[in-house]
Amino acid sequence: MSQTTETLAPETPLLSVRNLRKEFVSGRAGLGRRKRTVLAVDGVSFDLERGETLGLVGESGCGKTTTGRLALRLLEPTSGEITFDGRDVRALSASDMRAARRDMQIIFQDPLGALNPRMTVGELIVEPLVIHRIGDPVSREHRLRELLGLVGLADYHASRFPHEFSGGQRQRICIARALALNPRFIVCDEAASALDVSIQAQILNLLQDLKNQLGLTYLFISHDLGVIRHISDRVAVMYLGQIVEIAAKAEVFDAPLHPYTLALLSSVPANLQGKKKFHTIRGDVPNPAAPPPGCRFHTRCPMAQDICRETPPQLRSMKSGHQVACHFAEKVDQDRNAGSPT
Amino acid sequence: MQATTPPQAAIQPPFLEVRNLSVRFGGLTVVDGVSFTLAPGEVLGIVGESGSGKSMTALALMRLLPPGGTVTGDSLLFKGEDLLVAERRRLEEIRGGEIGMIFQEPMTALNPVLTIGDQIGETARRHLKIGRREARERSIEALRRVGIPDPEHRVDEFPHQLSGGMRQRVMIAMALVCGPKLLIADEPTTALDVTIQAQILELMQDLQEEYRMGIIMISHDLSVVSSFTDRVMIMYCGQVVEEAPASEVFDAPRHPYTEGLLASIPAVDRDVERLTAIEGAVPPPFDLPPGCRFAPRCTFARPACTTGAPPLAATGPGHRAACIRNTGYQFGTST
Repeated sequence: MSQTTETLAPETPLLSVRNLRKEFVSGRAGLGRRKRTVLAVDGVSFDLERGETLGLVGESGCGKTTTGRLALRLLEPTSGEITFDGRDVRALSASDMRAARRDMQIIFQDPLGALNPRMTVGELIVEPLVIHRIGDPVSREHRLRELLGLVGLADYHASRFPHEFSGGQRQRICIARALALNPRFIVCDEAASALDVSIQAQILNLLQDLKNQLGLTYLFISHDLGVIRHISDRVAVMYLGQIVEIAAKAEVFDAPLHPYTLALLSSVPANLQGKKKFHTIRGDVPNPAAPPPGCRFHTRCPMAQDICRETPPQLRSMKSGHQVACHFAEKVDQDRNAGSPT
Repeated sequence: MQATTPPQAAIQPPFLEVRNLSVRFGGLTVVDGVSFTLAPGEVLGIVGESGSGKSMTALALMRLLPPGGTVTGDSLLFKGEDLLVAERRRLEEIRGGEIGMIFQEPMTALNPVLTIGDQIGETARRHLKIGRREARERSIEALRRVGIPDPEHRVDEFPHQLSGGMRQRVMIAMALVCGPKLLIADEPTTALDVTIQAQILELMQDLQEEYRMGIIMISHDLSVVSSFTDRVMIMYCGQVVEEAPASEVFDAPRHPYTEGLLASIPAVDRDVERLTAIEGAVPPPFDLPPGCRFAPRCTFARPACTTGAPPLAATGPGHRAACIRNTGYQFGTST
């Protein structure tokens, strides 16, 4: 309802993160025991333009969820910069941060876990307004009706409790709650992943409608490549804490330059033409606590050479707006053009 | 390994024939009159959303329902033997022996305090009546076959020492150690990452070809099922609404629910401006609509749809669908 900051020139990105790193300490550090650290996010940088949806895709443990929380400063980064609407988010005081949070919201995968079972849907949806001391009971009631309508719920739902709703409706409640403060930026963390496919489609359509209607900017985190393709404008692919490729959606899906992106895409049983042979890459994701040296993907990469085992490839620009971290991205490109993808 | 000619003798009873299988919990019918047959070595997929009854169907085939569930039906013939009337001892022989099972959660299906060798060996010793030493040999062999590196050492590890993909391989090894003729796989790859899912599906495909097992794969994921199976059954609210060859389900679905499911899936290989979602939600089993259970969510619904339940009727060779569209909006005879 109230914009907290003056809007800068439209060409600056809404959100910009640079060299974001997050180290988790695992296990107890005790007598004669070595502290183990896991670098969950290791040098992640990206920009999010206003009104854009950036898809963040990767397998479990790749750091995509941590990246989402760091971007909102729900987790404190170990190092790195976060700039939201031209302001250095990490430099904000606690009270300024609280005010800034009105602009930045998150929707989680499990809506039931995110909703207090003892509060009515109406209470849940206006709770952010109460916490931020916005409006009075009358204006909140008005806003509640507005929000229920936005997410496709009826007025009478407000007096019910979360357990009375189906998974899809609960996610609508969470979305209404996230929208209560009129945010500009929403992190959707696997927001439709726990739902059945017919309900998932409803929620994805709703998120798209809301984005167009309210001019929202999304960081959309998912493991599902089909969902990512559908919802995103640009896509970042993560592997073991790093972005390995980032580009416009069409580039990532139709002309990927990283062997890992290729492997992900060929693993999807999306060829809807009956039985097929699967093209697989060998092995598991390595332990994030002890990532391999050099390129982190080299242990599973069909193209790996000596250089990959020694020198970590930097994220570099190949085409306009297409960045990739692979020593052999040119070869991937050539192979595709020669009609023989790896 | 060598190619064997599939037994085609007409005198043989069908490999698996299920007629009118129903599952009830108290007054609720969660599986309602499911019928199908499976040929030896055939791969059948059962697809449905939560509450469709697909997992209950799988458990009912093994007579493994949770407490309170009862199975009824005309017959449940496995190689000519009616499992509906089989005694408990006989069922225990069959489960894990001639019929293997894989479930979604390998971590909960594996015993955390036993080594994986103990667990695979236990199955082998029980069904094959072999000693400890031979069971261990077989366990190692099974682990090797499912692609676990260094099986001689891995056999002594505990489930928590393995990754999710490796645990699912152990589950498959356990299901295969007795050389089953039929494998029932309930969401075998749902908990796995996509690259690991592809590995497991590839492994199951290889094993199927090698051992000529029949497989029934249950999944919520139409694309996983269609890429893996010969034939697909779509379930909705406890009933089969469509059954067809896997390729036809995608190219020429005949039930509006199947069409709706397909339109709901965001494709990975092309762009769709907007998904065509199915409106509403699956009704709970205690509040099923009259007539066709999909009618309240169906864009093609006519008044006739709410008065009579459409029977599963042939719409082409090997293709059945339960929709009155296919019979020219005539009243379906209630089943």
